[in-house]
Amino acid sequence: MQTTPSANRRRVRPRPVGAALLSLCLLTGCAGDSPSALNPGGAGATRISGLWWLLFWISVAVFVEVMALMTWALVFRRGAVRVRHSQPMRFVAVAGAGLPFVILVTVYGFGLHDLAALGKSPGRDAPTIEVIGHRWWWEVRYQGASGVTANELHIPVGERVRVRLRTDDVLHSFWVPQLMPKTDLIAGQERQTWLQAERAGSYRGQCAEYCGTQHAHMAFMVVAEPRADFDAWVGRLDAPARAPETDAERRGQQAFVQGTCAACHSIRGTDAQGKVGPDLSDVGSRWSIGAGAVPNDPGHLGGWIANSQTVKPGNYMPPQPVSADQLPELIAYLQSLK
Amino acid sequence: MSTTTGKPPGASQEELSRLEEHWGERPSLRAWFSTVDHKKIGRRYIVTAALFFLFAGISALLMRTQLATPESGILSPQEYNQLFTMHGTSMIFLFATPMFFGLGNFLVPLMIGSRDMAFPRLNAFGYWVFLFAGLFMWVSVPFGSAPSAGWFNYAPLTNLKFEPGLAIDVYNLGLLFLGISTTVGAINFIVTALKLRAPGMSLNRVPLFVWAIVATSFMVVFALPALNLDNLLLFLDRRFDTHFFDPSAGGNVLLWQHLFWIFGHPDVYIIVMPGLGIVSAVLPAFTRRGVVAYPLVVLAIVSISILSFGVWAHHMFATGLPQLSYSFFSAASTIITIPSGIQFFAWLSTMALGRLVIKVPLLFLIGFLVTFLIGGLTGAMFALTAFDQQVTDSYFVVAHFHYVLLGGAVFPMLAGLYYWLPKVTGRMYHEGLGRWAFWLVLAGMQLTFFPMHLYGLFGMPRRVYTYRGDLGWDAGNLIATIGAYVLATGLLLVLIGVVHAIRRGRPAPNDPWGGDTLEWTTASPPESYNFPVLPQVHSLHPTWDERTAESTGARASQDRILSEGRRTLFTSELDARYERAVEMAESSLIPLVLAFWLLIFFISMLFSWWLVAGVAAAAVVVTMGVWLWPSRRPAERAG
Amino acid sequence: MTDRGGIVAAATGAEALSTEEPVGRSTGWWGMVLFVATESTFFACLLGSYYYLRFQVGPRWPPDGIGNPELVRPLIMTGLLLFSSVPLFWGVRGIRYGRRWRLRAGLLATMVLVVTFLTVQATEYVDDLRTLTPTTDVYGSLYYLITGFHSVHVLGGLAFVGWLLAASLGNRFDPQHYDRVRNAGIFWVFLDVVWVAVLFTIYLSPRL
Repeated sequence: MQTTPSANRRRVRPRPVGAALLSLCLLTGCAGDSPSALNPGGAGATRISGLWWLLFWISVAVFVEVMALMTWALVFRRGAVRVRHSQPMRFVAVAGAGLPFVILVTVYGFGLHDLAALGKSPGRDAPTIEVIGHRWWWEVRYQGASGVTANELHIPVGERVRVRLRTDDVLHSFWVPQLMPKTDLIAGQERQTWLQAERAGSYRGQCAEYCGTQHAHMAFMVVAEPRADFDAWVGRLDAPARAPETDAERRGQQAFVQGTCAACHSIRGTDAQGKVGPDLSDVGSRWSIGAGAVPNDPGHLGGWIANSQTVKPGNYMPPQPVSADQLPELIAYLQSLK
Repeated sequence: MSTTTGKPPGASQEELSRLEEHWGERPSLRAWFSTVDHKKIGRRYIVTAALFFLFAGISALLMRTQLATPESGILSPQEYNQLFTMHGTSMIFLFATPMFFGLGNFLVPLMIGSRDMAFPRLNAFGYWVFLFAGLFMWVSVPFGSAPSAGWFNYAPLTNLKFEPGLAIDVYNLGLLFLGISTTVGAINFIVTALKLRAPGMSLNRVPLFVWAIVATSFMVVFALPALNLDNLLLFLDRRFDTHFFDPSAGGNVLLWQHLFWIFGHPDVYIIVMPGLGIVSAVLPAFTRRGVVAYPLVVLAIVSISILSFGVWAHHMFATGLPQLSYSFFSAASTIITIPSGIQFFAWLSTMALGRLVIKVPLLFLIGFLVTFLIGGLTGAMFALTAFDQQVTDSYFVVAHFHYVLLGGAVFPMLAGLYYWLPKVTGRMYHEGLGRWAFWLVLAGMQLTFFPMHLYGLFGMPRRVYTYRGDLGWDAGNLIATIGAYVLATGLLLVLIGVVHAIRRGRPAPNDPWGGDTLEWTTASPPESYNFPVLPQVHSLHPTWDERTAESTGARASQDRILSEGRRTLFTSELDARYERAVEMAESSLIPLVLAFWLLIFFISMLFSWWLVAGVAAAAVVVTMGVWLWPSRRPAERAG
Repeated sequence: MTDRGGIVAAATGAEALSTEEPVGRSTGWWGMVLFVATESTFFACLLGSYYYLRFQVGPRWPPDGIGNPELVRPLIMTGLLLFSSVPLFWGVRGIRYGRRWRLRAGLLATMVLVVTFLTVQATEYVDDLRTLTPTTDVYGSLYYLITGFHSVHVLGGLAFVGWLLAASLGNRFDPQHYDRVRNAGIFWVFLDVVWVAVLFTIYLSPRL
């Protein structure tokens, strides 16, 4: 794990702690590729992971102390001991209220400090991404680009990116555990948060507010990349989608535009301008199909087109009447859209 | 019925038979439906709540089975979503509170030295409404239209546009219906504890369990209206096109959350507080001394019930409220852990100063201390807004509140179950069976919920019907599922233990534990009139106190035997000075009839049969009129 | 309560003689007070929701195109409702001294005033409904729910008083047994207080 200057905070850098966590991890057999809040990739989550370790060790201390007292009683206060009838009010008041008060006030101070840090919005000219929650996928728009994409946010490494959050239907919650805690998407209102990744890479995010049948499959990926790649990515959003090159791709495009697909989906530069489902202009490059339901490969894509209800039951895309000849062409075309 | 009562020295045989004549009921079908005996009603509450616990528990097992492996297809998402909704809703509304109301019903009059609750018929009515409302909600499950928007039922997911059909209306109307039961039950507890305490039981001699039940009831009285209003508003939005939660016409979806949590956070304490009361009630018998620092514990109980109204927004830390309100609610949520700390150290000190008698109830108390402590520690973490935003709505919060609720409510309940089983059934339980049950429940609990902390931190959101296998969540989930089955086995052993005790258990003496509160001076199970002589209380631990014992024996007086009718005593609210004897209500079918008309009313509201609803509403009013029609009896009747 | 039960030991013992208060309240009194407390909390939440939604909507309230609610009839209704408590309490005092005719007259007068209140409310609704319905927008929803819910309670109060009148015609009350009549008095205080809060919230606050 890379430690950046901003991540180097007042608190103990948890090296031995990491080891303790690792042993916990091994106990549960956790793999290293969790979107874990304890493996932060950016300023926001780093702060909270620091806060967590502070809270964790305080809790361990309190737990051990109380258990020690209880165990002592269990061992030494049975059998032939004499009951003592004293009323140690002062002990109860100090141990039960006084000490906790001191600890809690201290912790509260740290917590408030972190809250203030999380609340600092990025500068006026920070890149801005608009995220709109739909049941059950994420629409993504970049300030200054006309194109629309879905379920994938690209951000420049090391920069604080503003994220505006709206929802098209019910409540959702925008959560990238490795980068930033949750911000809910509130129907009829706008919310803001920010993202900042300190190292390049992909960070999985997922809807964290129950939003109905397919709440489980409403994931997205934050891709942190160097500024140049980011600019190129945003630039591509203004251009038409990649044109088909092979015959199969051309026939696939035709089937897409003339068939039922175009009623709901858009592809830039074609006549397909449906607004119900996600824009598919770059679908071939996306990390998954169905907002994290299945990997993005030809086989899964075919299955999705034919009947997405078997993959993600209850989603709004009905099974498609695509013939056996057309399906490979559609797949070829969609996979070519990168 | 009773097993060990000889002739109590205080009341003569003739007086006892007169008491039995006034209070006893010959078993008949009519008597079964019309009884107002608080002990029978209490038992019914307990059995019915246990039934809903079983339903909700089976839902949980099904969910855990689905989640045992990634991308498993045992349940469809719709089924899973209905199950987690019914699991949460039932555990909170149909199990936890009614179970404690049942225990309270059975125990409060016994603990305060009374012969019944203040409003016996209202008590029966409350039970019938609870039963009907619970069935009203669960019947939706076989019809496949159970609510599926979670127990907190957030708008706008629950608006008609996103949830057509009757499922959400079942939730709204079911909870409104149930709210009647909870409200009247709470009022009944408060008035009972204020007016029906035995003479001499001034406020500083009231058992901690009774304090806890009364504080809980006060929270119900002031918190439940917020939930009722919320459900009413949503029902109006769905049925009559109003716009309370409709942002396109000026409504606001966050209003639902505010109202819900203004109720919901006190409700956490409504659930846990009686559990803490049980801890304080059970501990003295197994440490052979009273709970340390009684005044501080009472202070803690009272301050929790007040503070709990000031922390609701910590359930909304991710909704983007203003920063300033975050700091306030964060501070309040931090402070509210302190009264729990006081109680915790009071119990620990009690253990450290007393002499421990290791029996199953004490084992469950130890399980409580361990589990609730962990839940409390993670709870304090949630008070910090920044941390909360990271782990709320993840499995970390699922772990947290199960530690709080199983730890703070179920473990004490089980401790109480074993503790009071001899009093309720007149039979002793099997100690070995009880110990097995304890270890399985404890191990199952930790195994199920501890891993959830971890995979919550590893990024798994709650309320997902499945998850992918490549995210490092699978091992923890598998362990949790195994734990759930262990826990279920332990609870099954509890059930077997209860059945075994009732069938085969050896007869229980009046006071098998040497408890300190008045219920242990009654027969096991108690006579229909509870106390042959209502005691004169002289201390906080009346059963351990010679003078109180004398007051029902050698110093018994006619004005506390009261065998001339179905009578008990009113005492003054604060000092419990003797006021007068009162005639209590006799058994009646009217509570059942009224609950039945309410059931018809709510069913017809559900199906929009407005005419039937109107008729039922009129019937409700008429029934109430008949119920409360003043009698010409000489003595005033309560209820 | 005045009834001290006739337990000689209790009335003359040292404990009773040293009681400072004239004996506590009855269970019926406590039950009613707690019922009113929970109902009041409901209204508090309802009015709280009104202010919450109002300030979320923005500075224009009532929203565009809806005028301020009229004030004349609500003020008349205020007078009617507040004044209706006078005969009620007069009647309650009457039965304390055993004057049954006074109780009956008081209850009847209260009923007349309450029916007038509800009639005025109905005429107001008829006029309002021409421009504003519960489905117009959130303001309409709030307006009708709050006033309507209070009216339902007034209707309940009317039934209560009517029922008491019927019972008093059957001579069911006397100076020792008028718990239920006194409870109507508690309920009336509640109706009055809530109405004043409704008046301020619905009719006066948009003008501030």
